Amino acid sequence: MMAQATTAHVLKGGRVVDPRAGRDGHFDIRIENGLVAAIGKNLPLDEARVVDVPADFVITPGLIDMHVHLREPGQEHKETIATGTWSAVVGGFTGVACMPNTDPVNDSASVTQFILKRAADAGFARVYPIGAVSLGSMGDQMTEMGDLRAAGCVAFTDDGKPVATALLMRRALEYAGMFDVPIIEHCEDPSLKGDGVAHEGAVAALLGLRGIPGVAESIMAERDISLAELTGGRIHVAHMSARQTMRAVRDGKSRGVRVTCEVAPHHFTLTDEALREGAGYNTNLKMNPPLREEADRLAMIEGLRDGSVDIISTDHAPHHADEKALEFDRAPFGIVGLETCVPLCLDRLVHAGVISLSRFVELLSSNPASLLKILGGTISVGAPADLTVLAPDAPVTIRTATLVSKSKNSPFDGWSLRGATAATIVGGRVLYANPAVTDAARFVIT
Amino acid sequence: MTVATRLRSRHLLGIADLDPGEIELILDTAVAMKEIGTRTIKKVPALRGRTVVNLFFEASTRTRLSFELAEKRLSADTMGITTAGSSVTKGETLADTARTLEAMSPDLIVIRHAASGSPHLLSTICKAGIVNAGDGTHEHPTQALLDALTMRERKGRLAGLKVAIVGDLLHSRVLRSNVLLLTRMGAEVRACGPATLIPLGLKALGVHVTTSIDEAVKDADVVMMLRVQHERMYGLFLPSLREYFNLFGLTPARLAHAASDVIVMHPGPMNRGVEIDSAVADGPWSVILDQVANGVAVRMAVLYLLAGEELT
Ligand SMILES: [Zn+2]
Repeated sequence: MMAQATTAHVLKGGRVVDPRAGRDGHFDIRIENGLVAAIGKNLPLDEARVVDVPADFVITPGLIDMHVHLREPGQEHKETIATGTWSAVVGGFTGVACMPNTDPVNDSASVTQFILKRAADAGFARVYPIGAVSLGSMGDQMTEMGDLRAAGCVAFTDDGKPVATALLMRRALEYAGMFDVPIIEHCEDPSLKGDGVAHEGAVAALLGLRGIPGVAESIMAERDISLAELTGGRIHVAHMSARQTMRAVRDGKSRGVRVTCEVAPHHFTLTDEALREGAGYNTNLKMNPPLREEADRLAMIEGLRDGSVDIISTDHAPHHADEKALEFDRAPFGIVGLETCVPLCLDRLVHAGVISLSRFVELLSSNPASLLKILGGTISVGAPADLTVLAPDAPVTIRTATLVSKSKNSPFDGWSLRGATAATIVGGRVLYANPAVTDAARFVIT
Repeated sequence: MTVATRLRSRHLLGIADLDPGEIELILDTAVAMKEIGTRTIKKVPALRGRTVVNLFFEASTRTRLSFELAEKRLSADTMGITTAGSSVTKGETLADTARTLEAMSPDLIVIRHAASGSPHLLSTICKAGIVNAGDGTHEHPTQALLDALTMRERKGRLAGLKVAIVGDLLHSRVLRSNVLLLTRMGAEVRACGPATLIPLGLKALGVHVTTSIDEAVKDADVVMMLRVQHERMYGLFLPSLREYFNLFGLTPARLAHAASDVIVMHPGPMNRGVEIDSAVADGPWSVILDQVANGVAVRMAVLYLLAGEELT
């Protein structure tokens, strides 16, 4: 809830990149009562306070990460809604969609309401709960999607595992279609995945790790795309990692199927070769889907470049250090991603010439907002002022020890990259100003 | 090849970390160690005052006994921890076990574990030298070294030898270590097994991969049979052990196509009638008992090179 009338502020001097509004240039943004009051060249200041933004900083619609595991309720030793949404804000995200594989699973309106209450109490990033497709995500009985939708769920998934049967996926696509809500799928054929722990390829063979082939992912994606075609429902392929899946999604799109997909930064920056580095078997390189080989990484890059990939999301999956300090076989899958996403995307995609800044904004803001039909994705007058300010050229060295997430399980420790979050503004308030790249005192809007 | 005078690492995590000179050094040292085994008093003080911990998380009578005997012959103080009855079964993590051991300041830790990479995890926690006694489906370096010692004894060389390795290639740490060692030493390796049990990427290691045992065995100087476990049938890898023997079992008839002075090896324990016919296992080709004797010598060599004083 917004507070009563506050001082008006004008962000002045930054480059505004907002592809959905067709805007890329230096504009002023007036923020009043938490809303965008005006946007334009040389806005009259009236009695507003001016916030000077360096000319090489970029202001975008608030970034949205649609694949985050906040772990609460049930696994608060890994992350809480408060620590996870603070990690999001520090990473430049004004909104996150959270996965239902908590304990209990978000399969009823009461759990959804609990999540939203905790998120409001924390007051950091906005939280958009994603409900389970099946009760307990057990794959048997469909959840009360109408009730969950009314309580605030923006999509449905049994993430952590795939929707158990083709029949359940068919029914879920049909049923969720009544609310025009997508089904998000963790694409994985359980029999092909087996007890695999790493990508099936030369590296796993050498390290003696049980493999998960790329087609374990694409076979399930193909099933789901066929069912979306049959039902007219919307299917979203989560954390895509395999080149075969990229091909299946492209084929589906070209046939007019309502299929979209997302890629996580680790799948376009790392390959399974990293498992051999140092003493080897770094459990912070263990995630599901696994790091794949170079041909797969390049397929993700190509999809990002040519527009076949719709969204970048982090699959932020916090785990306690004790849980990761196990044998590779026994350590849990997943890495944290909220605070490393922006530097990785700016450095490895924008500065590397793979995508433009405006495509960056589509991938990290406009497209997830459209897909989930939520606030934001563009800067519009009258809407809440959710904005991300980037310092695209600022040098960053990732130090996992300084991450604000409750967990530090990231493989990017020590990486030097170019591009940082400068400030994160939610509902017109600067919740975070990065002291490394900006004079924090200047970035005060309350 | 430059002959090494010492090992570069204080651990033996895998053959992957050894260069040809280091492999020669271990084998040459093992020859000297073998001589000790022929003495009346089979004991030297090379590891006197040194503590070696044998950490066996997986049942393995022969490897454990082989290491224990090697340690005793070198006069080391030894401690053994096996899974049953230890805190491991009470949910303690490997990292915690390692820290507890570390407090006792061992010089070497010998570890056998079902998870690939466990010795590597230990090496990041402990100050002690780590010896991999078999980790999951990754490596079993001392097995490959004792196999190489046996081949060198019988054939006088490793370079140029035609070695057929037949069996469950996917789950075998013996295969991985042997392939790494033999290709590094210039041998020609043919790997043979059912298509369901061939790991991706094996060809990239410079191995000739085939599903025909006759092709693998033809003119071979060495035939090494790998154990096929009954459990493999449940992962849909094999329809039956009967069919496995029909297609891949080593029989005298199949062996007839190998080199006339072929030797047959097996890391044990054998499944007679599954991967190997008894007539072959007990026949004149078999060097399986040599392998056992060489195991002690190779392990003495490794322990000595990693932690020993001058040999007397
Ligand atoms: Zn998932």
